[in-house]
Amino acid sequence: MHLPDQIRFNWQIFIRHRVRTGLLLLAVGLGVASVILLTSLGEGARRYVDREFSALGNQLLIVLPGRKETTGGSPPIYGTAPRDLTLEDAQALSRIPSIKAVAPIIAGTVSVSVGSLSREVIVLGSTPEIFQVRQLEVAQGKILPDRTRTDAMAVCVLGSKLKQELFGHGRAIGEWVRAGDRRMRVIGVLVERGESLGLDLRDMIIVPVRTAEQMFNTPGLFRVLIELAGNADFSRTEAKIMEIIRERHEGDEDVTIISQDSMLAAFDNILTTLTLAIAAIAAISLVVAGILIMNLSLISVSQRKREIGLLKALGASSSQVRQLFLGESLMLVSMGSLAGVIFSWAVVMVVARLWPVFPLAAPWWSIPAAVGTALISGLVFSLLPARRAAALDPVLALRGEA
Amino acid sequence: MIELCDVNKTYQVGESPLRALRDVSLSVQKGEYLSVMGPSGSGKSTLLNMLGLLDRPDSGSYLLNGEKTETLPEEQRAKLRGEHIGFIFQSFHLINRLTTLENIELPMMLAGVALKARRKVAMAVLSQVGLADWAQHRPNQLSGGQLQRVAIARAIVMKPRILLADEPTGNLDQASGQEVIEVLENLNREGITLMIVTHDHNLGRRAKRQIRMVDGMIETDSSTEHAPARSDTL
Repeated sequence: MHLPDQIRFNWQIFIRHRVRTGLLLLAVGLGVASVILLTSLGEGARRYVDREFSALGNQLLIVLPGRKETTGGSPPIYGTAPRDLTLEDAQALSRIPSIKAVAPIIAGTVSVSVGSLSREVIVLGSTPEIFQVRQLEVAQGKILPDRTRTDAMAVCVLGSKLKQELFGHGRAIGEWVRAGDRRMRVIGVLVERGESLGLDLRDMIIVPVRTAEQMFNTPGLFRVLIELAGNADFSRTEAKIMEIIRERHEGDEDVTIISQDSMLAAFDNILTTLTLAIAAIAAISLVVAGILIMNLSLISVSQRKREIGLLKALGASSSQVRQLFLGESLMLVSMGSLAGVIFSWAVVMVVARLWPVFPLAAPWWSIPAAVGTALISGLVFSLLPARRAAALDPVLALRGEA
Repeated sequence: MIELCDVNKTYQVGESPLRALRDVSLSVQKGEYLSVMGPSGSGKSTLLNMLGLLDRPDSGSYLLNGEKTETLPEEQRAKLRGEHIGFIFQSFHLINRLTTLENIELPMMLAGVALKARRKVAMAVLSQVGLADWAQHRPNQLSGGQLQRVAIARAIVMKPRILLADEPTGNLDQASGQEVIEVLENLNREGITLMIVTHDHNLGRRAKRQIRMVDGMIETDSSTEHAPARSDTL
């Protein structure tokens, strides 16, 4: 029996049993679509994180004060840093030749008010370098002036949302705001931009680092962001940073250096694993579809006993009968898979258009994995019905007994 | 052509074994026209299924065209069945979702004949049974007599040497039955070996050779010099 004949023969069966065929297609299609869509979510999350990180520029090191490590037995469990990471430390680091820019950060929350309007926001105390390192731009006005690297100044740059909240559509540049107990002049407003690494850049205020030092009354930096020169060697620069810190901190290496690459790799790992796990869970629906195929095929075998007996009387061998039934399942699964792939592809397209912030995308392996699992499940679960059909005794089957 | 020698077949029916065939020996020549009669459960159908390679004997041998069949693997028996034997059933056994033409093509499709060649042969055979105009109809649009003629067309489409008919007129009225029998007898005249299993004496008597079975044994065979077939009292 030739393949086109077999396909036509099975097709006629599908036409004849539209409801049964429709249900099976739905089951397989949903299974395939759920695998593809769920893995797309995982992949979307991975890409989202990826994008967030690369928005920071890829040559980034973050220096945190303190070094988390177990020192000796209990107590104390954590070795905490008694020494702050200071602005002077940051300035010393900026002299390393392979470092392009150093942005020290002091962070805290402060209540910003204009007239009777007041809003609690995050304040970042930093230097003009923060704009370069975090790739921030101002929509209006200008960034922090160069003098703020060393001096406190009563100026600030507002996030777009904060500006909107305090000034509405009115003019903000040149106006005074009150931040905590200080008055400062607005010199710039940031370009509208979404969240970045959990920090809502729209709803914050950037002030000179010295000013923040005074506001929070601490010389300790929250962290230092370092952008490396294009050709810089990460590990050598890291060693250099440690060397300088050791010199300045009386021999202690009491900072932690995080490279953006290592964070990205860690996230990548976690999210890829998560995506695979989701895919495995979704694949269960394909197994369920397989079981459905098995049940309906078994029913079909008993309903079509006479036909099977006839086929055998007309010269069909047992293996031909088996092939017919297996082929029927494979055809169903193929059609269902195709429908599922098309459906999920359409959903991904629509979501990508409606919600561009989240880069939903099917990972390359999800389609072959989903379709492959569907085919294998369909094949495995139709083995039993097909074998049963093939084993029917033609004499009894013709009488509708057996 | 058919050489059946001491064939036994026992079925398990409920608790007790039923001996459907007891030491049946039968020899059929090419082109013969036989009828097999006998009461229900006498083994007529079993004999037919045995000859049609649908059943295997428990013991004894069956030579078809000089080939020993009882030890052949299932694949080859299916192939022999497809090539040499045409079946006609009381209840027609046509597939409802297929057109007349597709039903007739079925044996050729299973044998792997290409679509074009199939169509040609099937149309020719359909004309032979006088149903050329019904090629694209489905079985539920045809009368009983027409259905059986389609079934006959399907049975002869592979040009088999033997036609085995199990009560071919059992589900038909007088006139349609007559039509069907004439088609079958015409085929016999053209050289095909025809074997009809029936309850109907009038039908049975038309055959040149009449076999009567009782309790799984051939009681009388008109081709031997024993007494001619008695009238069936069932």
